[in-house]
Amino acid sequence: MRSVLFLLAAMAVITSGYWAYYENYRTKAELDNVDDLRRDIGAARERLAILRAEWAYLNRPDRLRDLAELNFDRLGLLPLRPDQFGSIDQVAYPQPLALDLTKPVDVTSAGATNP
Amino acid sequence: MTRTPLRPLARILEARQNGENPDVIERENRRLRHEEIRDRLRLRAEGRLLVLAVMFVCAYGVVGARMGVLSASEPEEPRAQLTGASIVATRADITDRHGRILATNMSTHSLYAHPQQMVDPLRAAQQLAAIFPDIDADKLGARFTNPKTKFLWIKKKLSPEQLQAVHDIGEPGLLFGPREMRLYPNGAIAAHVLGGASFGDEGVHAAEVIGTAGIEKYFDAEMRDPARQGVPLTLSLDLTIQAATEEVLDAGMKLLNAKGAASVLMDIYTGEVIAIASLPDFDPNDRPRVPIAGEKAGDSPLFNRAVQGLYELGSTFKIFTASQALQLGLVHPQTVIDTSPPYEVLGFKVGEFQGKNYGKLTVEDVIVRSSNRGTAKLVMAIGRGRQKDFYENLGMFAPSPLEIVEARNAKPLIPERWTDLSAVTISYGHGISVSPLHLAAGYAMIANGGHVVQPTLLKQDGPRMGDKLLRDEVAEQARTMLRKVVIGQKGTASFAEVPGYRVGGKTGTAEKPKERGGGYHKDKVIATFASVFPTDAPRYALVVMLDEPVETSGSTPRRTAGWTAVPVAAEMITRIAPLLDLRPDYDTGQEKTLTTASD
Repeated sequence: MRSVLFLLAAMAVITSGYWAYYENYRTKAELDNVDDLRRDIGAARERLAILRAEWAYLNRPDRLRDLAELNFDRLGLLPLRPDQFGSIDQVAYPQPLALDLTKPVDVTSAGATNP
Repeated sequence: MTRTPLRPLARILEARQNGENPDVIERENRRLRHEEIRDRLRLRAEGRLLVLAVMFVCAYGVVGARMGVLSASEPEEPRAQLTGASIVATRADITDRHGRILATNMSTHSLYAHPQQMVDPLRAAQQLAAIFPDIDADKLGARFTNPKTKFLWIKKKLSPEQLQAVHDIGEPGLLFGPREMRLYPNGAIAAHVLGGASFGDEGVHAAEVIGTAGIEKYFDAEMRDPARQGVPLTLSLDLTIQAATEEVLDAGMKLLNAKGAASVLMDIYTGEVIAIASLPDFDPNDRPRVPIAGEKAGDSPLFNRAVQGLYELGSTFKIFTASQALQLGLVHPQTVIDTSPPYEVLGFKVGEFQGKNYGKLTVEDVIVRSSNRGTAKLVMAIGRGRQKDFYENLGMFAPSPLEIVEARNAKPLIPERWTDLSAVTISYGHGISVSPLHLAAGYAMIANGGHVVQPTLLKQDGPRMGDKLLRDEVAEQARTMLRKVVIGQKGTASFAEVPGYRVGGKTGTAEKPKERGGGYHKDKVIATFASVFPTDAPRYALVVMLDEPVETSGSTPRRTAGWTAVPVAAEMITRIAPLLDLRPDYDTGQEKTLTTASD
């Protein structure tokens, strides 16, 4: 009986030792993973900041104004004017679809059994 | 353990036979036994003491070893902690009211050198000079080869192309350090508000970015605070409207040959400054140097005319006099005042523009025609004490609370002694120098029904209205007068009519005082137009100011605000009102010019 208890205790020690060892390494791996993710987040944030800055730089009003002037032939963009405000009653209702009458369909009762 | 009997029978019997005392044997045996017991106990006690000593040595050893490890180890952040957001150590962005970026950070690199690590210092100096035109190869080579030099900065900011070019030199003694750089992507737009930034304490691995002017300096500590976690600072400015304002103002300034211009657009209920411009301006990415002694600070592009500039803004002040007289119940808009000459106060002859004589005018017409004598008579009725209190309550005596550092030093110039004469000149805007921003806040007060507003650059959630200086109907009457300045037949601001937006405002043309004192320039004026729109449901106050404008299309040069500032303001309103989501209304607010058939 006693030896069985000793054996069991020894096995428990070995098992828990193995478990602790395993968990320790798993935790370290997870922490490394978290560090990598943090670094990625930092890099992504930096990239995002640069993209935002670039977006703001490309959309700066001076540049857009110059582009609108350069492409005036194609786009015809002008600053917004007060007379460009419309009211809702100036918008026409959509036209109902007209029936296409250019291709007549022949209708015949030939072969019908009932009059 | 075998127990020895105290009286072993064999030895007792033997002793008895020999006639000895058997008790001696017992005593001898007892002594031996006690000695044995004593030895055993001693051994046990010694063992226990040893164990205890080992325990203590181990415990103190562990404590000591831990202390040694702690003192010798590198500080390290705990890796396993449950913080979701990591600290954002960069300076906060600045955005406009719709979240468009006005200032942000860019990561770039700085370049420094360790000459002792260099392989070929002279070649490196020549190659660097080829990349950076401002570097002198000989001087840099001399510094590189100086044995005392262990470290030197070469460039604070590098572009990616320059970084690659320096990298391609392949010199191990040239090293790069990461840098955060402040970037203003919109260039000169809102330059005076943003100010600028530069580097504070610099190290190899980082440098602190500090604000040097404008809102960057005002909120420097807040924007650098890591606890802010990079939440951007949202301003009340609107980038689109700011850009349109600056464009129109710049065109107007050039067309009218002015040397400077300023404009302020303010929300009359919240005090939010939607657009504030001062020309000439500068690029905050490349801030010009501060003017040195001998140069006029007022002519530097760094000078913010809208906030720092203190000017006598002339007749635009008349509406304050008139509305105070109305508020006190002294007059009614239709009360007639005799404005004929002569009129003297303390021996000072109050004159009119170009020596005109308007005769008998109603209070309304005093504003519409801009009569100095009319307002002088009104202020004499008000009394100088009450006038002073009114301006003080309006915030005309204190620096504007706008959140840029330059505003703190722009304390309006007011007379030391508020005499009747100062009261009279101040009633038509002379003898008191305020910034265009102060004037805009004053007009916002009239437009919003008499509440004092504090101008602010930060986006607000709702109205922030202070003390009420005017009754609702007085503010309404004042707005009607301003409207009539624009649409009245004799109004001074007839060019300000923008169809659909019911602009009301007051012009002001003030001759500039000579720098050395002694009167005023005849041919240098500050032309101002202060306006509110739409007058029937006011939303915004706009002040446009031109410094030394002259309109030369006619036979004689014209300098009055009606010919200079007013057309610029009208063009500005045409451009920005649609951007402010104001729908033009062509039906209301026009002067009732309908004539009945019987007339």
